[in-house]
Amino acid sequence: MNYISLSDKDKKEMLDEIGISTVDELFTSVPKNIKLKRLLDVPAALSEPELVDKLREIAEKNKNAGLLSFLGAGAYQHYIPAVVDYLSSRGEFVSPYTPYQPEVSQGTLQVIFEFQTLICQLTGMDIANASLYDGASGAAEAVLMANRLTRKEKILVASTLHPQYRQVIKTYTRNLGLSIEEIDFVNSGKIDTEQLAKKIDEETAAVVCQSPNFFGIVEDIQTISNIAHKKNALSVCVVSEPISLGILEPPGKLGADIVTGEAQAFGMPLSFGGPYLGFMACSKKYLRQFPGRIAGQTKDVDGKQGYVLTLSTREQHIRRERATSNICTNQALCLLRATMFLETLGKCGLRDMATHNLYKADYARQKISEVKGVEARFSGTSFNEFVLSFNRPWVEIESSLREKLIIGGYDLQKDYPGLKNCALFCVTEMHKKEDIDKLVEILDEILRQ
Amino acid sequence: MMIREPLIFDISGTEKKAFSMPELDVPERKDLLKDIPSREEIEDFPQISEIEIVRHFTRLSKTNYCIDEGFYPLGSCTMKYNPKVNEKVAALDGFTSSHPYAALDVNQGNLEVLKTTEKLLQEITGMDAFTLQPSAGAQGESVGMMLIRACLEDRGDPRKIVLIPDSAHGTNPSSAHICGYQVQEVKSNESGTIDVDDLVKMLSEEVAAVMITNPNTLGVFENDIKRIADIVHAKGGFVYMDGANMNALLGICRPGDMGADVIHLNLHKTFSTPHGGGGPGSGPVGVKKKLEPYLPVPLIEQNEGIYSFNYERPKSIGRVRAFYGNFLVVVKALAYILSLGAEGLKEVSEIAVLNANYIRKKLEGIYHLKYSTPALHECVFSDKFQKKYGVQNLDIAKRLIDLNIHPPTMSFPLIVHGALMIEPTETESKRDLDMFINAMQQIAEEAREDPKILKSAPHKSYVRRLDETYAARNPILRWQPTQE
Repeated sequence: MNYISLSDKDKKEMLDEIGISTVDELFTSVPKNIKLKRLLDVPAALSEPELVDKLREIAEKNKNAGLLSFLGAGAYQHYIPAVVDYLSSRGEFVSPYTPYQPEVSQGTLQVIFEFQTLICQLTGMDIANASLYDGASGAAEAVLMANRLTRKEKILVASTLHPQYRQVIKTYTRNLGLSIEEIDFVNSGKIDTEQLAKKIDEETAAVVCQSPNFFGIVEDIQTISNIAHKKNALSVCVVSEPISLGILEPPGKLGADIVTGEAQAFGMPLSFGGPYLGFMACSKKYLRQFPGRIAGQTKDVDGKQGYVLTLSTREQHIRRERATSNICTNQALCLLRATMFLETLGKCGLRDMATHNLYKADYARQKISEVKGVEARFSGTSFNEFVLSFNRPWVEIESSLREKLIIGGYDLQKDYPGLKNCALFCVTEMHKKEDIDKLVEILDEILRQ
Repeated sequence: MMIREPLIFDISGTEKKAFSMPELDVPERKDLLKDIPSREEIEDFPQISEIEIVRHFTRLSKTNYCIDEGFYPLGSCTMKYNPKVNEKVAALDGFTSSHPYAALDVNQGNLEVLKTTEKLLQEITGMDAFTLQPSAGAQGESVGMMLIRACLEDRGDPRKIVLIPDSAHGTNPSSAHICGYQVQEVKSNESGTIDVDDLVKMLSEEVAAVMITNPNTLGVFENDIKRIADIVHAKGGFVYMDGANMNALLGICRPGDMGADVIHLNLHKTFSTPHGGGGPGSGPVGVKKKLEPYLPVPLIEQNEGIYSFNYERPKSIGRVRAFYGNFLVVVKALAYILSLGAEGLKEVSEIAVLNANYIRKKLEGIYHLKYSTPALHECVFSDKFQKKYGVQNLDIAKRLIDLNIHPPTMSFPLIVHGALMIEPTETESKRDLDMFINAMQQIAEEAREDPKILKSAPHKSYVRRLDETYAARNPILRWQPTQE
């Protein structure tokens, strides 16, 4: 199947018009010695029915159907209202380019403006951008932004920040002379604020922590921000599970200067890790160093309200190597889905969803803690994830659970050697009480053996 | 004219709902909220009914122009038709409901998608290995430059400078800068290609790489590419090829055969995945063997039919994003390649180039063509002929909106003053091409006869010309409760 709309007659007429007889003549500027003298070695073309069969066959090699999963760790299963899939699949949203021509892109632009507002309301910040690639690159962009704002090069990163986000920060900063130091965690599962107070100095550009952190525990952002501000460093708060913002005090009210994170939870299916949705918000005094696209309100020649991409003098297409980021294409359609998700849930719906996560995860943690051979590792209050410590290697338990069609938690030992036999479990509103009870029962069975 | 759709916040009521949760089936432990800093409510968050949501977004959607509606010749952006079957297969539950951290035996299908796509892209580009992790072209560029730097550092000399032609996209210098490089601009010659003599003069042992877009942003094939690559390699430098314009080259020639050491592709351009109003895209990076050790982790391996991730890559630059890239975008690109086959892929480029040259031929003489060098998949005119009537490229672009056509890319590349960069792609019918040509002819005539109609365009759009200066000087970047 190809998607060409020219008939042979059309082609002939067009070639005649150009004044040549074959299409090959259009490629004379390509030197002979680099021309491909054979056809590409790719599989034969498939018709639509064959293509659907082929891809379905591959999709079915994923054996996730019918499994009960308690995995989170930066990718969360939440209910997605039907209107989100329905409305976001409209061609008018799916098939335009970046809104460079605002007069014919008001839909996309107004949605960005609404998204920016929703993110500000959730995070308690003044301004938000029109998305970044994902939470990890968002964290990295925040570090670069803090470096530009403070002209300081030391970055303190909580060890409770998502391990992959920490890796991406390292990759992004590897050629820029920044030094990255990690802050340990204590028995509550929160970061060691005493250690932070010792490690921080006037050379520190930013303190980066995540809340709820990688262990699911709500960090004390106010204390961390206070420590940062005393040394004129910026407080960067990363949120990888933003449903939590439905009940948590916004980081902006707790002293955070930059709030960034992953908004996959707002209407993006798990999809093996992407496409997801990075977001970023900050105080308006940092606007000039803010990365990414921003939509702003303006008026047309008749005085009618409208929206445009604005403040583009920060961006690569104007400022080239001096831009605040090289980002161009972002995650616009994911932003649209998040906007639909949040507006559909609304004030009460988001709060209800958040409290269900809190209560269900707490119920699961309580119940599992009653099982012999397993205990909750940390004492801090968690949102919808918690760390369990087992009396035997996690891999054994994981495979026993799989036999019972359960995908257990995330193995923490690979990232945190000190957390031997520990796994991170996630419980959301998608889990019914029976699901949790089943997990408890099976864990009990496994640990009795 | 359509009535303005208000912001959701302006139509939000109280106690209205478009969603409700099931009854809570576990104990309600309100005391937990005392242990954490919690909020009473999300101030001013929307409260609205379901039909209001549906109408809000349906009305907003109608104010967007899109490829499904009509011709969208945005140069350098490759706005081709997005096949609907690709959306269907990417929405298969087996893909969408898979968790990135689930065990490998649960995710074999996903790994097969990634590995198969890597191999196909290797064949299409002539490169030796790929990473699909970068989320878009710009992230691909910075990955490519990081790979070069890592390899040079391994040799004990990271070098300092990256050479970039003055016709390049702004992301090129920005990406090089992020990798700690100074950018020096190479001039274009009168054919619109890289001035090789100028390049040779600028080359030194301090030059880490030359970033070349091929075909370049004028649509012109850099026919000295092989020679340039040889010269750069002789000085120990690398050739980065920006593959944003790969739509002109499928099955015609391959970056790997031209001397490119590293390239990025834009799956959301050449491989038909939809742009979504600005993403998600995908920017795979392909490399030659010598750069393979530095690719981001993890790499996918296949042994006896079983796929696995390899993290044991001591020289890797690390990760550039969480998980494995914009996976569903890759699924769509794979579906596209599988539907086309070898002949179909070649036909894409042949027809893309035919369509662009047809437009160029028809508009030559009516609009100024700064470079007469033969071009491939796009053509770059300027407003020079219309300037004498006081008409600029912006006016031409806005008038096209009245004629129900999306404007071309404007004012880029920077080497063409008042540029109108037109890329029709292969999927357009002759009827649509002719409609565009007629519209452009009509506008040229209006410029002579009635320039006012252009200066005040668009007239028929949902909003008329917007004040971008005002927006930048008085930034209103969110709704505020006091706003009326």
